[in-house]
Amino acid sequence: MSHSADAVSHADAHAHHEESFWRKYVFSIDHKVIGIQYAITSLLFLFFGFCLMMLMRWQLAFPYEPIPLIGSLLSESMAPGGIMSPEFYNSLGAMHGTIMVFLGVVPLAVGAFGNFVVPLQIGAPDMAFPKLNMSSYWVYAAGGVVMLASFFAPGGAANSGWTSYPPLSDIATTGQTMWLLGMVLLITSSLLGSVNFIVTIIQLRAPGMTWMRLPFFVWAQLVTAFLLLLAFPPLEAAGVLQLMDRLAGTSFFLPTGLVVSGEALSVSGGGSPLLWQHLFWFLAHPEVYVLILPAMGIVAEIIANNTRRPLFGYRSLVFSTIFLGFMSFIVWAHHMFLTGMGTSISTFFQTTTMIISVPSVVILSALFLSLWGGSIRFTTPMLFALGFLPMFGIGGLTGLPLGLSATDIPLHDTYYVIGHFHYVVAPGTILALFAGIYYWFPKATGRKMNDRLGKLHFWGTITFMNVIFMPMFIQGLAGVSRRLYDGGAQYAHAAPVLEWNVVMSIGAWALAIAQIPFFINFFRSMFKGEKVKDGNTWEATTLEWSAAPSPPIAHGNFETVPSVYRGPYEYSAPGFPQGYAPQNAPEKA
Amino acid sequence: MDIPYTVDARPDTGMYNAKLGIWLFLASEVMLFGALFSSYILLRVAAPEWPRGASILSVPLATLNTMLLISSSVTMVMSWASLKMKKFGAYRVYLGLTLLFGLGFLIVKSFEYGAKFSHHLYPGDSTFMAIYFTLTGLHVLHVLGGMIVNAYLWGPGAKMWKTAPEQFTNRVEVAGLYWHFVDLVWIFLFPVLYLL
Amino acid sequence: MSDSHTHDVSKHVRSYVLVFAALAVLTIVTVWVASFEFTVGAAVAVALIIATFKGSLVASFFMHLVSEKKAIYWLLALTAIFFVVLIFLPLGAMLDHQGTPNVP
Repeated sequence: MSHSADAVSHADAHAHHEESFWRKYVFSIDHKVIGIQYAITSLLFLFFGFCLMMLMRWQLAFPYEPIPLIGSLLSESMAPGGIMSPEFYNSLGAMHGTIMVFLGVVPLAVGAFGNFVVPLQIGAPDMAFPKLNMSSYWVYAAGGVVMLASFFAPGGAANSGWTSYPPLSDIATTGQTMWLLGMVLLITSSLLGSVNFIVTIIQLRAPGMTWMRLPFFVWAQLVTAFLLLLAFPPLEAAGVLQLMDRLAGTSFFLPTGLVVSGEALSVSGGGSPLLWQHLFWFLAHPEVYVLILPAMGIVAEIIANNTRRPLFGYRSLVFSTIFLGFMSFIVWAHHMFLTGMGTSISTFFQTTTMIISVPSVVILSALFLSLWGGSIRFTTPMLFALGFLPMFGIGGLTGLPLGLSATDIPLHDTYYVIGHFHYVVAPGTILALFAGIYYWFPKATGRKMNDRLGKLHFWGTITFMNVIFMPMFIQGLAGVSRRLYDGGAQYAHAAPVLEWNVVMSIGAWALAIAQIPFFINFFRSMFKGEKVKDGNTWEATTLEWSAAPSPPIAHGNFETVPSVYRGPYEYSAPGFPQGYAPQNAPEKA
Repeated sequence: MDIPYTVDARPDTGMYNAKLGIWLFLASEVMLFGALFSSYILLRVAAPEWPRGASILSVPLATLNTMLLISSSVTMVMSWASLKMKKFGAYRVYLGLTLLFGLGFLIVKSFEYGAKFSHHLYPGDSTFMAIYFTLTGLHVLHVLGGMIVNAYLWGPGAKMWKTAPEQFTNRVEVAGLYWHFVDLVWIFLFPVLYLL
Repeated sequence: MSDSHTHDVSKHVRSYVLVFAALAVLTIVTVWVASFEFTVGAAVAVALIIATFKGSLVASFFMHLVSEKKAIYWLLALTAIFFVVLIFLPLGAMLDHQGTPNVP
């Protein structure tokens, strides 16, 4: 009683106390606003990274032909006479990868969805450290600005691939230094964020929210946060070492006797290029799971909600996720089979790689089995979630040959690899992220997105994504290498599969057109979308829908602190009037 | 809106938020320095020859610095204990001493760096000098960061003692945990770089 | 804040001073031992054993890990595992290497 009275007076106090525009929308410490800031920024970066790729696809499909329209807008060093220069092509490739992974998908999956949804799902008023939360967003934004600014550096943006392998990257143009500075900022931002997530999930769970009552999405975010916390620092260290190489003249990654353009490099030498690869992949393999785990979390929420039944094997999902997170730290050198690795170490990494595929398959199977016997509602978010399952399946299974050195050696650095990880991240993770946007949009705005446009968006996206990525397997199996400026035109062995380049490029541009319904839907629904009547538009059981209004109240989320009485997915509960049992509903409704 | 467990411990975990937060941060720091130590080992094992630290670096200065840092650690923990015993005056004295020892460390370090530069020894000279400057430089940045926090808690931040003494004590504890970690890193850096 | 708590702390103060003394002595010892002409392997072993002992004194008493909560032990155990992985797996990969052994 006194509790709710207290909460009401709190709400009153907030209604009277108007915040300035800056405090409310720009330097906000409310996790919901920060989540939306992350969402908008990262969607812009996703779009920008996609644009870079659309440019590259012109050069791949029609090598050495002037880029129509855009070609004349680019500077003389980027595209002399409208024809893309090789250096600019390299920059586009490196920055496409960097932007998509570090500025697009991860901030959207973790920064946006994690920030917005996790405190609501566990019944917390905010993140544990709101000011830290704000600063992690702004450090991320600063990192993004540095990355964007690097396009204007002398010599253009970083052009040594998103993996930045030395010695090439050590002697690359200024853009590489800015890439490193940008990465240090992004790493700092995600460290601050991951500390915040872990403390929030461990400390701020509402009364009754025990570990086995956490929604699976929260578990996925918790494991993700641990990956970011412990795997990112080694890359930060590697970044510092490469900065020293570039700025202070050290030779951490430069071996003795290196000759560049016919001249011996005047450095002390004694360094090891492989050291960078170890430190880079120590992060970058767990990073794969940072990309995929939140997506799995989103898909699990939506599947449970739209099949109207509990997730199949909740406990096995949770334990698989934890095991997956743990194992992801000891598989990284399967990216390095071609570095002259001996058979014992290679066997070790092949074994761990095969082991880590087990929990991934358990998770995917559990999600598939959750569909069994459900009365499925084919809402827009559900379509995207269903699309995720086979797409991630293709991405995962095509990865197995890359985890075994005998098959990896011919496939390494071919388009097969590109096809594999794009199936995981693009039709996999990005479909799940779209699903999450359609699912939680009403929570953030109080209005639903249009279903017809949503379905149009879904069918266009999944079709063209397959048009783009499926031919990559064909090209890769034919031995076409990645990172070729002309898409393989100068190689005889590529000739039979070369025409696929045109198909893939047209697919990429069509994919852009398929996003138009989403843009229209997103902005129109904000103002004109169907209003959510009661807060719980999807009839969901988890706290963000069942205990908070849509949108939740600023600073505090809940009018009273919710109490949790049961697990997250009790969708068939006959004793309850609506037929499902929200987590915060007491035993007798 | 108040965020729960900013001051009191959550009953089932037994911790207040910042205590868990700082340990998580320190865990990530362990991995940061772990990667650098790993680099050191890899480069050293691969090197055809490796100089003994003492032949290039000054062991007496480093020993002095070790003493300064462990002294600053004991005064840091004493300043927190003083707050626990409600002796604010003693807290100020101990934390002031911590700051002075930290400053002493930085002064000695700058003499060391200066001596290297005056002998024309730079990071680019050899793998040993490279790892020496990188590891100690990063450590110095950590010392500086800790001193900024401690100076704030000694000066303007200390006003909190009057309004929220328990939260203030927690803050000093958290700052202390970080400071001890910086000391701990040095305890490993000292033999690795200077003695081996 | 009860009296027992205050009493507790004043008891700790004595241990802080003892730990400080131990750290100072061990610093002298490690410098002194380094002056012996050990082989590299033995010197590394001795120096790291002393440093580990000093480090655990700092962690146990100054950072009061001796009386810390279980969650923090779990966290540090996890970190320790990955720390060991990070130190030894790249080294193992380098030692088990095809081709020129001296250039990793």
